[in-house]
Amino acid sequence: MGEEEFEPRIVVFACNWCSYAGIDLAGTSRIRYPYNVKIIKTMCSGRVHPEMVLKALEGGADGVLITGCHPADCHYISGNYKTMRRYLLLKKVLRELGLSERVKLEWISASEGDRWARVASEFVEHIRKLGPLRLKEVVESE
Amino acid sequence: MSDVRIGVYVCHCGKNIGGVIDPAKVTEFAGKLPNVVVARDYMYMCSSPGQSLIEEDIKRYGLNRVIVAACSPRMHEPTFQGVLKRTGLNPWLLQMVNIREHVTWVHDDVPQRAEEKAKELVAAAVARAAHLHEITTEKFPVVSSALVIGGGIAGIRASLDLANAGIKVYLVEKKQSIGGKMAQLDKTFPTLDCSQCILTPLMVEVSRHPNISIYAYSEVVDVSGSAGDFKVKVKLKPTYVDWDKCTGCGTCVEKCPGRAPKEFDEGLSNRKAIYFEFAQAVPRRPVIDAEHCLWFTRGICRVCEKVCPVGAIDYSQKERYVELNVGAIVVAIGYELYDLSKIREYGYGKFKNVVSGLQFERISSADGPTKGRILRPSDGKEPKTIGIVLCAGSRDEKHKKYCCRYGCAAALKHVYYIKHSIPDAKVLILYTDIRAFGKGYEEFYQRFRGEEDVFFIRGRPAEIFENKDGSLIFDVYDSNTGQLVNVKADLVVLEGAVEPPKEWESLRRLLKVSCDPGGFALELHPKLRPFETTSDGVFLAGAIQGPKDIPDTVAHAAAAAAAAIGFLSKGYVESVPYLAFVNEDICSGCGLCASVCPYDAITIEEKEGKRVAKVNVINCKGCGTCVATCPSGAMQQNYFTDTQLLSEVVSLAGGVK
Repeated sequence: MGEEEFEPRIVVFACNWCSYAGIDLAGTSRIRYPYNVKIIKTMCSGRVHPEMVLKALEGGADGVLITGCHPADCHYISGNYKTMRRYLLLKKVLRELGLSERVKLEWISASEGDRWARVASEFVEHIRKLGPLRLKEVVESE
Repeated sequence: MSDVRIGVYVCHCGKNIGGVIDPAKVTEFAGKLPNVVVARDYMYMCSSPGQSLIEEDIKRYGLNRVIVAACSPRMHEPTFQGVLKRTGLNPWLLQMVNIREHVTWVHDDVPQRAEEKAKELVAAAVARAAHLHEITTEKFPVVSSALVIGGGIAGIRASLDLANAGIKVYLVEKKQSIGGKMAQLDKTFPTLDCSQCILTPLMVEVSRHPNISIYAYSEVVDVSGSAGDFKVKVKLKPTYVDWDKCTGCGTCVEKCPGRAPKEFDEGLSNRKAIYFEFAQAVPRRPVIDAEHCLWFTRGICRVCEKVCPVGAIDYSQKERYVELNVGAIVVAIGYELYDLSKIREYGYGKFKNVVSGLQFERISSADGPTKGRILRPSDGKEPKTIGIVLCAGSRDEKHKKYCCRYGCAAALKHVYYIKHSIPDAKVLILYTDIRAFGKGYEEFYQRFRGEEDVFFIRGRPAEIFENKDGSLIFDVYDSNTGQLVNVKADLVVLEGAVEPPKEWESLRRLLKVSCDPGGFALELHPKLRPFETTSDGVFLAGAIQGPKDIPDTVAHAAAAAAAAIGFLSKGYVESVPYLAFVNEDICSGCGLCASVCPYDAITIEEKEGKRVAKVNVINCKGCGTCVATCPSGAMQQNYFTDTQLLSEVVSLAGGVK
């Protein structure tokens, strides 16, 4: 990695109906945000299995952002509530591993392109401050 | 996975993508990835030659996976799926990569990084594509009938359009008559048509239409099934009058000694305990208000029963239920006026001469409490100075943030009522902005702007106080002149905020429709699909989608009906492609999946002596929540299997070397 500035690698999960559409809207509105975030679409944030988050960190991501519809706005009625509960449980596990700070859940609606850009920028800066995770290197060396 | 043959197609989208990154470099990179047989870039991949390029490659190279790196899948996924279909490939062997909305449109300041990101996204898609599999959808027949909820002008228009297209319509109205808010208006802006004159013929048309059944004094209490085949339970509230026997002669109403405030006159007059909602009610059938009926409250009277010539009175009537089977549902429940007493400083509900705009309509109506003479409620005197307050509760952080979209034009119409009835009256319009946006509205505004004794003051009253004689005094800061104006008015009219009807919260949960920050129904797309919802087969007509005036409501309702007709006339609905499915070999039948399913689409069944989960393909909507809950990986989801998603995750997390 050398001496150059650390550029975080961030995996984002976005639900099809709200967050992915909101991220698209940031694009349509030409609102810039850091390139570090890479988006993976699921139909609902409720589809985000904890294993997907852990695999991302293990596979080299420095942070993971889960995004979904605001409470009461879920296209699938209650998927986002399931996401919220699963996220809180996952956070407990991550805290034990010292990784809690690297995973975040955010609600982004289809009309919040500007909010997405802000959330993405803040998360990238947050992870930049935490520094590289290098979990992949650790896993591969064992 | 036998012999994966991937073709990668990188679009320039003119300068949208090609102006930021070099698509040729991304293509060159893609060509070296595993399983990639061919990679090409082209100026406009969605154009006819672009599509042909892919089509020919599929045939020439025997491709069985196609990756298109271009715009958002929300834009052109169906377009490129069509290309695969034309060559006989299953459309779900396509993978889109969003390098426009997610890359070049937002990272144009760092083109080098943008190009790297595009490469990474393409690599992840290539990793994922190897695991794609064919998906088949099922077709289900639709029931060619529709439920319209709400019998105001939106519901009336939608019902007539549907019925005229040959579709059986069930119109459910919570009150005893259809007509809605429009029936209460004296005139409509900006044309000053008599509201009843243009509405009542439509009400009669609805009641006589062979394809429309009206369920008045009824409400929807349950909705099950899904698009194309909904089962709807409707509660018929007890009217204590056998409507089949009743002829609507009105003798009972005439003789009834009971009294109660008349809802149709917004409480400004009284009605009987047995009553028609209003004179032109459709259906013209009375209802006994048990709360005010002497028989129900004190066990005496029964006069209506004695005078009814056909024996239609039935005090023992109970609520009844009917089950309807419909293919589509049109929600046309409209709006309600915001409770203006919540705006404490205006004194509504406390001071008799502070009235709502709708009450003022009743005061101005020939069939209203004053027979159309503008008289103030406290003492029946003709008001000489009238204040009209706009944005009462609207565009207000403390109440409703949004614009009511009717108040400005209604206030101008009220100026007309006043000047027409009391030529020497002084009218003060207390406004924030005059938004005369509709066809003919600006002209309507200009007509009153210069009129004598009509004053436009830009400001809202600070606090309204009542004098002993019932007149009202308040200060208002006029931001046009920078002066504080002391006003003494005989009558104050509040053009109030609107909100969704109370029953909407429970109804929207039955229909699985989300709401916007104002609580109104969330449309599928604010510009392109404003009358559809994310719930298939459920359409929106009128103000439940957001505040609307009558012309917009009618246009919206007709559009909703057209969309519903299109949906029904197709004849079938397709199951969603993203269905969950079970690997029965590893399913332990624990039932966690069933417990999280929002649609009750999963049941646990006995199969060959073993408990396994079973997905009901009609109910499953493809959210995948069950998959993320399954502890053994037995539950999977089409197009979003664990293998597909994890290969994408690992690729993106690791990046490209």
